[in-house]
Amino acid sequence: MSDAAIAETTSAAPTHEGGDTGPARSLASDAWRTMRRSPFFWISSALIAVFLLMAIWPSLFTSTDPTQAVLSDARVRPNSEAWFGRDIQGYDIYSRCIYGARASILVGLLSTVLTTLVGGTVGVFAGYAGGWTDTLLSRLGDIFFAIPLLLGAVIVLVTLPATDNYFLIVLKVVLALVVLGWPSMARLMRSSVIQVKPNDYVQAARALGASPWRVIRSHIVPNALAPMIVVATINLGAYISAEATLSYLGIGLQPPTVSWGVDISAAVVGMRTTPHMLFFPSLFLSLAVLAFIMLGDVVRDALDPKNR
Amino acid sequence: MPEVVLSAQNLVKHYPIKRGVLRRTVGHVKAVDGVSFDLHKGETLGIVGESGCGKSTLGRLLMRLEEPTAGSVTFEGQDWSGASARDTRRLRRDIQIVFQDPYTSLNPRMTVGDIIGEPFEIHADVVPKGGRRQRVQELLDLVGLNPEHINRYPHQFSGGQRQRIGIARGIALNPKVLICDEPVSALDVSVQAQVVNLMEKLQDELGLAYVFIAHDLSVVRHISDRVGVMYLGRMAELGEEDEVYARPTHPYTQALLSAVPVPDPTLRGKRDQIVLVGDVPSPANPPSGCRFHTRCWKAQDVCSTLEPELEPRADGHGEHLSACHFAEPRLVVETVDVTGIEPDDRFVSTDTDDLVDAGAGLGAEGGGEELDSGQAEDRARPPATEDTPQVSDPTRVVEDTRDNQG
Repeated sequence: MSDAAIAETTSAAPTHEGGDTGPARSLASDAWRTMRRSPFFWISSALIAVFLLMAIWPSLFTSTDPTQAVLSDARVRPNSEAWFGRDIQGYDIYSRCIYGARASILVGLLSTVLTTLVGGTVGVFAGYAGGWTDTLLSRLGDIFFAIPLLLGAVIVLVTLPATDNYFLIVLKVVLALVVLGWPSMARLMRSSVIQVKPNDYVQAARALGASPWRVIRSHIVPNALAPMIVVATINLGAYISAEATLSYLGIGLQPPTVSWGVDISAAVVGMRTTPHMLFFPSLFLSLAVLAFIMLGDVVRDALDPKNR
Repeated sequence: MPEVVLSAQNLVKHYPIKRGVLRRTVGHVKAVDGVSFDLHKGETLGIVGESGCGKSTLGRLLMRLEEPTAGSVTFEGQDWSGASARDTRRLRRDIQIVFQDPYTSLNPRMTVGDIIGEPFEIHADVVPKGGRRQRVQELLDLVGLNPEHINRYPHQFSGGQRQRIGIARGIALNPKVLICDEPVSALDVSVQAQVVNLMEKLQDELGLAYVFIAHDLSVVRHISDRVGVMYLGRMAELGEEDEVYARPTHPYTQALLSAVPVPDPTLRGKRDQIVLVGDVPSPANPPSGCRFHTRCWKAQDVCSTLEPELEPRADGHGEHLSACHFAEPRLVVETVDVTGIEPDDRFVSTDTDDLVDAGAGLGAEGGGEELDSGQAEDRARPPATEDTPQVSDPTRVVEDTRDNQG
């Protein structure tokens, strides 16, 4: 290497990576710096923000009542009056898509967060402790795993006392999905914890005298989280459609409650004759799921320093 | 002789072999089976042996990453095996470990500053919170890395640089003993020399005592004051470096040493190489008596019945510890100890500093072509010009090539 080349590399060093010498940085702040630069982060965040706004404050987007039936206009195609057309009951589809966001987003987000928390905690515990704890927790998970989703949900939803409260109904559906959904998350987390645990850096932390809690928090969880994030974001969409299935069977959210799932199942009958009834709620559902998956991807990549 | 810091007494580690539905224990893998030694202040004890002889398990037992089945480890007279959780934590400050693989020993999601700073967070009273970053940068400087790289992640460093990060983490708490579990085996030969030299430098500056576990006999000889040879979970021979290398009395040590390559082509084919027959017996079912008797050319009836003690046996010059009934010295390799000799200035410097190294091991002194490990063994020979063979005598080049092929 010539002297000039050495000088060049030395002078190039300080500008590398946007300031190596700056104040102390952590994984979280570095992840934020990476995410800020990603266009996908902004697209998905904007979409999620819009959907959240719809869920919280639907009247911001439409002044039409989603439960106002204009039977004479039933199944009308999209027009200047009703932008997305009307469904079989003569409801305005645009307004129903807006109002449906609340139930769907609530069910999707809550189910995802809760399955991830419950499943993740159980998985970390089983994977890290091993031995009897692992056997016990894994078999417990297997029991729930063996119950088919619909059958299990029917049992849970029917057993719980009937209620008319909107949020309680949503919570019942969430509960059913969480009870039957956590084992797959626990399995996933357990296997990645078992993969991470024997690594030398975990041993090194133990050799330094780190407590099990510190080892789990700063070494095991950050390195075992990636598969979980991916699966959780994909599951979010699956939970929203599972809610639709339950509604279709008459045990989930019920009309007059408005949700994308309810509308999708109601529109399936006219798939060939009136596709617009199916298209718009599905579009909203797909966009919401896409936004969350995209965000999950960006977060996962940002948390992995090797991708930078 | 300086005081003893770390002492192992009859360390035993057996791993149960479980079979069947009921997970019944059907036997034990005797990974370490009664190893005793003392480590003195500021000295380096090399532990050599082939794969699976229990070297790494020994290191993990000393580090208390595994509970010994029997025996004890004492640190400065305090028994570590019976220590409470609090005492163990405190003792961990004094004994640290450097791992073999620099690619798995650093958390990929932590910055170098967090990795080296972790010891200070666990033992919060060592360095006050405000001074930790400063201290981490001092440590980076000490191991020859650029202190400005504190915010980088492990994957941005080369293998040798990562190993230095591992060493910096190991010495962060100012330990008295550093257990090095094959710290250079995963590195290029050129980088091995840098790391070994760094470890020697740190030993001089910080007064560390090393337990240096390795399978590379030349590296062990270079760094060690005393050497222990392990075979199947037991110590076969233990003595000062020149006692073991120049006057080995155990047949296994002699066989090991005869396999060391000698960088002298004129000796080719003239050395008597001891080639052992058979494989290493299974540690689950080690041979009776002397564990080496199944492969030993000196074995007699007594070897299969009576286990030889590790005790001082005559080596022709004095005596040192050896576990063989028929211990006798045998000159295996004519070697020169180069520890005291000044390096030839025609070779690259042994300086481990790579501050000019801006990227990942691409700098002037971090490069891969500069074989400064070679300078130890190759001193007797004129410097070889590997890159550009002298064209002045082309016939010789041709001859050499043919010789190599034949």
